[in-house]
Amino acid sequence: MIEERFDAIVIGAGMAGNAAAYTMASRGLKVLQLERGEYPGSKNVQGAIMYASMLEKIIPDFREDAPLERHLVEQRFWVMDDRSHTGMHYRSDDFNEDKPNRYTIVRAQFDKWFSRKCREVGVTLLCETTVTELIRNDAGKVLGVKTDRRGGAVFADVVVLAEGVNGLLGPRAGLRASPKPETVALAVKEMHFLPAETIESRFAIKGDEGVVIEMVGTFSKGMTGLGFLYTNKESISVGLGCLVSDFAETRESPYAMLEAFKAHPSIAPLLAGSECKEYAAHLIPEGGFKEIPQLYGDGWVVVGDAAHFNNAVHREGSNLAMTSGRLAGEAIHRIKAARDPLTKDTLKLYKQLLDESFLMKDLKKYKDLPGLLHTNSKNFFLSYPQLMSQAAQSYLRVDGTPKIDKEKKTLRSFIDKRSRLGLISDAVKLAMAWR
Amino acid sequence: MTVATEARVEDKLFQNRYLVDAGKPHIKVRAHETPSAALVALTAVCPAKCYEMNDRGQVEITPDGCMECGTCRILCEASGDIEWDYPRGGYGVLYKFG
Repeated sequence: MIEERFDAIVIGAGMAGNAAAYTMASRGLKVLQLERGEYPGSKNVQGAIMYASMLEKIIPDFREDAPLERHLVEQRFWVMDDRSHTGMHYRSDDFNEDKPNRYTIVRAQFDKWFSRKCREVGVTLLCETTVTELIRNDAGKVLGVKTDRRGGAVFADVVVLAEGVNGLLGPRAGLRASPKPETVALAVKEMHFLPAETIESRFAIKGDEGVVIEMVGTFSKGMTGLGFLYTNKESISVGLGCLVSDFAETRESPYAMLEAFKAHPSIAPLLAGSECKEYAAHLIPEGGFKEIPQLYGDGWVVVGDAAHFNNAVHREGSNLAMTSGRLAGEAIHRIKAARDPLTKDTLKLYKQLLDESFLMKDLKKYKDLPGLLHTNSKNFFLSYPQLMSQAAQSYLRVDGTPKIDKEKKTLRSFIDKRSRLGLISDAVKLAMAWR
Repeated sequence: MTVATEARVEDKLFQNRYLVDAGKPHIKVRAHETPSAALVALTAVCPAKCYEMNDRGQVEITPDGCMECGTCRILCEASGDIEWDYPRGGYGVLYKFG
């Protein structure tokens, strides 16, 4: 395929792969990047929200030409039952700043741009190339990769596995385990197109302002799950995700759930008259800190979703992918610059850089939360949303019932459903996991 | 109800762009008499409804509409119920938006 030898081979052209490839090539390393899709982004799916500060560390002036959709000025969090939502909204004009903090993006377009930036700094990109196997010596050191192209072996000093949540190479080589059903969510999403003016009037926004809605509630049928609706420039991304283990147990159909979700009386008016142009499905790592695998070894590192880097609480995945890719690239460059070999011993620098960063600190903070939400999913995702709706409705309806009776009835309904001890225990466990 | 839902998922998948590698399915179901519980679950849980029960009670796959999410791999690869590989480079689902 390619006779020459590279400093590094990056497998995958998603957020983590592009961040790693850019970081290394811009520091003078000779980088080959392999992508199985027709173009970078063609296999990638995200909501998607992109956090500016993590990209700024890689491409400081990205705002000049990156395909950004809308900068976010409002975040809504909804707890939904079948006919209602109870919401908390935060909107601030402070988010209208010179360099906004969060943007919605469309991944296939964003990834093409990011990949073009990589090629501009010298990355050699080969698309339509599936890596079939890691080439290792008897001692287990990774020497290169085999691909599905003719004569498809290529060699490098280090291989960066940016192969995504459903990556096959690492698990098949025994470098890490595949995710377990209870540690990954299946998310389904649709892209609904509307004129920009319609989106702006529906969400009371102007120009490039955007709104995010994230939801929990009865739509997930008691499964650990989250719904989302993001405004892009001329489209709305709408979808939901639940743990794969919960899907397997309930045998609910994801597309039927998405249909019901879109028809919900709080959501349908936001999508009315739109044209759906794509339906996508993807896995999301949800296991948090406890599921992070071995991150480096002789001649390899793993980055992004493949390394299970996702903050399930704050819905941060792609920025952890970019950060881990960048730190892997920096570590590799520093080791190469010192003329040291890329071994398990030297590549531990990557893990050190991660440990010093927000990435590991955040994941560590929430290490107990994924387990808690899973084991208590029926309370958090079914009972509480129903109770919250009843409480809000009881509070708002004026029907001659004395207020004190209404409050007693609301408290009674929580206790009946969950017991006094259950309520306290849920609250304490949640607080502990959040701490 | 089931019929309506099936029709809808086909309509959904129709929006997507695929390059199907004809004759080279990237997922295979191991031959079986009676499917495992996990394999049966795939007939409901696969977001592209690639898995279906035939009239002999065995689970079959037609991966043409597969979005390569990997849900079936996570549930059924370890047990050997299915074999899961990526499509050849350039083939499979090609997201326009992602």
